[in-house]
Amino acid sequence: MKIIVCIKQVPDTTEVKINPETNTLIREGVSSIINPFDMYAIEEAVRLKEKFAAETTVITMGPPQAESALREALAMGIDQAILLSDRAFAGSDTWATSLVLAKAIEKIGNFDLVICGKQASDGDTAQVGPGIATHINLPQATYVRKIENVDIEHKTIRLERLLEDGYEILEVVMPALLTVVKEINEPRLPSLRGKMRARSQAIATWTHKDLGLSEEKLGLKGSPTQVVKIFTPPPREKGMILEGEPEVVVGKLLEELKKHLI
Amino acid sequence: MSDAIKIIVDKCVGCGLCLKVCPFSAITLAHKKAVIDVAKCNLCGACKDSCKFSAITIFKPQIVKADFSSYKDVWVFVERERDKIAGVSFELLGKARELAKDLHCKVVAVLLGKNVKEKAQMLIQKGADKVIVVERNELDNFISENYAGVISHLVGKYKPEIFLAGATTCGRSLVSRIAVTIYAGLTADCTGLDIDKEKRLLIQTRPAFGGNIMAQIITPNHRPQMATVRHKVMKEAEADTKRKGEVIEEVVDGAVINARVTFIDFIQEETGKVNLADADIIVSGGRGLADAKNFPILQELAQTLGAAVGASRSAVDSGWINYSHQVGQTGRTVAPKIYIACGISGQIQHLVGMQSSKIIIAINKDPDAPIFKVANYGIVGDLFKVIPLLTKSLKAVRK
Ligand SMILES: Cc1cc2nc3c(=O)[nH]c(=O)nc-3n(C[C@H](O)[C@H](O)[C@H](O)COP(=O)(O)OP(=O)(O)OC[C@H]3O[C@@H](n4cnc5c(N)ncnc54)[C@H](O)[C@@H]3O)c2cc1C
Ligand SMILES: Nc1ncnc2c1ncn2[C@@H]1O[C@H](COP(=O)(O)O)[C@@H](O)[C@H]1O
Repeated sequence: MKIIVCIKQVPDTTEVKINPETNTLIREGVSSIINPFDMYAIEEAVRLKEKFAAETTVITMGPPQAESALREALAMGIDQAILLSDRAFAGSDTWATSLVLAKAIEKIGNFDLVICGKQASDGDTAQVGPGIATHINLPQATYVRKIENVDIEHKTIRLERLLEDGYEILEVVMPALLTVVKEINEPRLPSLRGKMRARSQAIATWTHKDLGLSEEKLGLKGSPTQVVKIFTPPPREKGMILEGEPEVVVGKLLEELKKHLI
Repeated sequence: MSDAIKIIVDKCVGCGLCLKVCPFSAITLAHKKAVIDVAKCNLCGACKDSCKFSAITIFKPQIVKADFSSYKDVWVFVERERDKIAGVSFELLGKARELAKDLHCKVVAVLLGKNVKEKAQMLIQKGADKVIVVERNELDNFISENYAGVISHLVGKYKPEIFLAGATTCGRSLVSRIAVTIYAGLTADCTGLDIDKEKRLLIQTRPAFGGNIMAQIITPNHRPQMATVRHKVMKEAEADTKRKGEVIEEVVDGAVINARVTFIDFIQEETGKVNLADADIIVSGGRGLADAKNFPILQELAQTLGAAVGASRSAVDSGWINYSHQVGQTGRTVAPKIYIACGISGQIQHLVGMQSSKIIIAINKDPDAPIFKVANYGIVGDLFKVIPLLTKSLKAVRK
């Protein structure tokens, strides 16, 4: 069994503060982390590795410093890592991003599962996973909360998908692409040995040439969508603080609530 | 692409304005000139707009004058929750009517399933001019691959100008497949849609970074212009029983159906209760509840209000309530009319999941809790006293 995990490096929101004047994120000095949902993707791959002696690879598309995210994944137990980094990738929307990742996955080849996070915490689109699946014509299961069973012999996987009002059980033929939610597992902390190994391990970098992609399909040129403007939403109205005896504050709140409940 | 963005050094006076507006902290000053770190830059253009000296240029691909005159109409993907049409689809029909008015075109609803034809009339009453129905046994359950195959085929045949779907677990899984197949632009999770009438462009507004930043996105060179739209943002139109429309039954070739994914079962959680996505009111609990056995206090308030129950991650991780109730960065994003946060401190990871709610009410005993910064009404007090009292008073008012 061979598994490929896609991870993205994002700014660490626990360190992000909001500038009270402009109401924007203060990102100066904010460190980068692995997208929270991708931690569950890594952990699930490592668990499958332990169970089925699977071979695991982690990939990320990003600037050179995204290498640190790959090392963290290696420290958690992933076998090898590949960095997809190229100036030509800058400005890619989800269409172009999923193309780059798809080409890299095809180049690695011979895989049974691709695992992504449900969504990235900066873009919040949840489009890249299904996008990759479509570029390489894979079946997909999104919002996976549990892998019930992997049938290695028949190359099928049975899993649960979290929906708005419950969950569904699907059986999917491998190779397949999954995106996972937090419920699926609890990511481990890297072991000391894992960290040591990760530090010295060689990580290959692939550019658009390695992937056989023309620049026409990449970056701004290859992206159908264009961001025309970024702005901060109007700040929330200043609130009303109600203090005092519970009876009094509840009474006041009810008066206010009436305005909104009818 | 290193020359996608450039500082014209002669024009730059080193005022530093662009540093302040850059959402990605990608600009620094060196020797009184702005310098852009291309690795961090997202080419959003905020700096260019802010520069009073026209010292920043951004290469945007030329708008090729492709002929889009054969693309017409606004399409809405009709999502079904088994036998029921999802509320978000009606909201989209309402919005699609507005867009179609600006574009002088028709609203087309696309309905897939098994024995679903009779739902077409309802879609017409809610705003569709045409309903394209595809019936097949294999389309009974939503399998994204098969739905995407069928719809990509229909899009190729009819060429819609705009394609909308709900930003739900179903819509988000489906539409990205269609967009990649037909090389269309797709904008996720929109909260605003407008038309640039002259250029016939769909101006899509969406939150990023959990609502801390808003982005406006267009798709100039590809058709259809595709977007998923958040539930509860657009207004559903009143049903008009006199509206007339056309129902087109399409037959698709079995080749677009694939058997790689088999639906086994659907398990409904907590039948009869309101789910977070549909709720107009959400009552959410955090670590302040102190114990699983205290959640019934919240549930009673929720029941009185007809609300859904949410939770902070701390409450979920403590095992007090299921993950499906978690609100925030690693849970669900919600935007109800009223969000009542009880014993939740309001850390950023929680806020990004709920700060787009219309009215936020916070109950917390710590007057300095960050949740009060986003609250329209903040009650400083003990939730074990305040909530039961609130429930009791609401019940009295209801009577
Ligand atoms: C990668 C990452 C992702 C995360 N994702 C999420 C997410 O999706 N959702 C999420 O919620 N969190 C998330 N978190 C966690 C987040 O940072 C906070 O730790 C969490 O939201 C805190 O939950 P809380 O407010 O319930 O608990 P606390 O921060 O402990 O707050 C409890 C509050 O209850 C108040 N209180 C106590 N007793 C009473 C009483 N009797 N009456 C009234 N008030 C009382 C206290 O004053 C306090 O403000 C994430 C963290 C990380 C690192
Ligand atoms: N640049 C990237 N490199 C690797 N994986 C990515 C990248 N962007 C997105 N992904 C994967 O796609 C998922 C969804 O991302 P998004 O569609 O941006 O919300 C993430 O959780 C990752 O698993």
